[in-house]
Amino acid sequence: VADPQDQPPALWVGTEPWRVIAPDGTAVGDTVVGLEPSELRELLRWMVVARRLDRECIALQRQGELTVYPGFEGQEAAQIGSATALDAADMVWPTFRELAVALVRGVDPVQYLQYHRGTWHGGPYDPRATRFGPICIPIATQIAHAAGSALGQQLDRTDEVSIAYFGDGATSEGDFHEAANLAGVWHLPLVLFCQNNGWAISLPTAEQTAGEIWRRAEGYGFPGVRVDGNDVLAVYAATLAALDRARRGDGPTLIEAMTYRIGAHSTADDARRYRADPEVEAARAFDPIARFRTWLVGAGHADEAFVADCEQEAERFAFGVRAGVIQTPAPPAEWQFDWVYADPPATFQQMRDEALR
Amino acid sequence: MTTWTMSGALNRALHDSMGEDGRVLVLGEDVGMSGGVFRVTDGLRAAFGERRVFDTPISEAAIVGAAVGLCFGGWRPVVELQFDAFSYPAFEQIVDHVAKMRMRTRGRVDIPITIRIPAFGGIKGKEHHGESPETYFAHTAGLKVVVPSGALDAYTLLRLAIADPDPVVVLEPKARYWSKQDGELATEGPAIGEGRVLTKGSDVTLVAYGAMVQRAKDAASELAHQGIGAQVVDLRSLSPLDDQLLQRCAEETGRIVVVHEAPRHVGFGAEVAARVMELAFDSLAAPIARVTGWDTPYPPASLEDHYLPSVDRIVAAAKETVGY
Repeated sequence: VADPQDQPPALWVGTEPWRVIAPDGTAVGDTVVGLEPSELRELLRWMVVARRLDRECIALQRQGELTVYPGFEGQEAAQIGSATALDAADMVWPTFRELAVALVRGVDPVQYLQYHRGTWHGGPYDPRATRFGPICIPIATQIAHAAGSALGQQLDRTDEVSIAYFGDGATSEGDFHEAANLAGVWHLPLVLFCQNNGWAISLPTAEQTAGEIWRRAEGYGFPGVRVDGNDVLAVYAATLAALDRARRGDGPTLIEAMTYRIGAHSTADDARRYRADPEVEAARAFDPIARFRTWLVGAGHADEAFVADCEQEAERFAFGVRAGVIQTPAPPAEWQFDWVYADPPATFQQMRDEALR
Repeated sequence: MTTWTMSGALNRALHDSMGEDGRVLVLGEDVGMSGGVFRVTDGLRAAFGERRVFDTPISEAAIVGAAVGLCFGGWRPVVELQFDAFSYPAFEQIVDHVAKMRMRTRGRVDIPITIRIPAFGGIKGKEHHGESPETYFAHTAGLKVVVPSGALDAYTLLRLAIADPDPVVVLEPKARYWSKQDGELATEGPAIGEGRVLTKGSDVTLVAYGAMVQRAKDAASELAHQGIGAQVVDLRSLSPLDDQLLQRCAEETGRIVVVHEAPRHVGFGAEVAARVMELAFDSLAAPIARVTGWDTPYPPASLEDHYLPSVDRIVAAAKETVGY
């Protein structure tokens, strides 16, 4: 366990999260999590690529190519580690901040970013083929969808699992409670993955909830675990254990991944109005990418040349996504009518004709 | 010839739909062991088992939200929200997701959810057990909203709703659950989106839905005694709305009276009046009248009869319209 002095003040209070790599990159637990060296390197590569893309998205927003964009800098380990643990057939139910998860799932980022470009709601990618649900903005509502998806998987006797992503703020919503309770009662193959990033727009976690989120699982009758969300190996191992448990038919798990939102809630808000810079600077000392890179190189699984390759690839990747995004046109006007109904009423068709006249 | 209650006919519809399609699931509070507070789901658990008929915790948002998630796995959920006012905790799921998800996925995922809600007043119920939520749902693009008025059509409408590829809200008038009708149940019938003319008359058209259809028929009988020919239209479907039928009725009678339990202000009668005006303004011989509940919260049982449109109020409005 790391020296508590290493914790950013006032954020990661309470129960020490489980970790295997300390913030300084030294191993403090069992780092053998079942991944080959090449797979370990993939974790770093994805995190570097995701961060570079996140920064590109903020630039694209500033340049008017995206509408409001919610960044995830600081949360790369929580997203990449958990997404890597999933099987291809598992079903992901994201919020609006899971671009890094989407990348690992193979969702085309240009398609994904049509959401933030304001050219389509939900997400124009195929949620069934990618096993990555529509981007979900109403807080916590996707957790109920995940419960239903898990029920369907259970009824079809698959060994597939559903995973719901949500933030600390979502745990104050009724839908979180209702879905978690349902999942407990029905032993659903569901992983409830909370990224506690310290902030819900302007409200710090301490004002969001008086208890520790992971502990709520006990009230629902299933296990909860608090993991260091900036330790990608710990996140991977904790998620894999929860997935295995669900696959065995033993029911849901609540994971509280302790991380930190380095940026503002979105490009539409100014975090300096409610959050002190020193807190953010302190949080940077727990950067998930630097931590894992230090361990990975130190353990001999990668060298500095690999790290440099990752960064070059991230540049190319971000450049390619940018090119795709800025070429994405506004959809034709008829698209606002085309999929509202599978069986469109005659009156609806008349209005369509009126609108497109 | 068989005599059916509306509750029994709805129950038969669920049995038949579940028997025909193994992907149809029923979820709701007390729908399994108890068979539903209005017995509409009676016997389903025994017939289809606990893996198709789910007694849920008291969690309306999760019931509807889970139904959305089930659709991604190709299931066809029928959910019961126990009473009108208890659909409100699920409102966000219904409006934000049930109604919009198909468009959000560019048609890749259909949302064939049926949301059954025992609704409206007239049973001397407690507070929050007599509401008319139809305009909330009818106002929402992506939803279809139907309201049966009698046993036989309740069967048809529920079968059609479950088979429909789009989400359908079925508002079941509680006051009509034990009403009886003789006849054979049929899956074939007017489609969702089609209204019906129940009684013919040339002087005035009474437009109603749900339990108000019987009141309108009673009013038409009374008007007939007084020499006024009233035809009664059962809308059946509020969204889509059969505006062609409304236009035809306006052209035939020139006079329209709309009857509903919901408050008048921004009630469904306003939409009926607007559509008739758009489509048949030149045919109108009198202003369209609205006979509705008052613009108050639904009253306690002892004042219910004062709130709900009575035969007398409908007759008075019709006569005023005819005498205009």
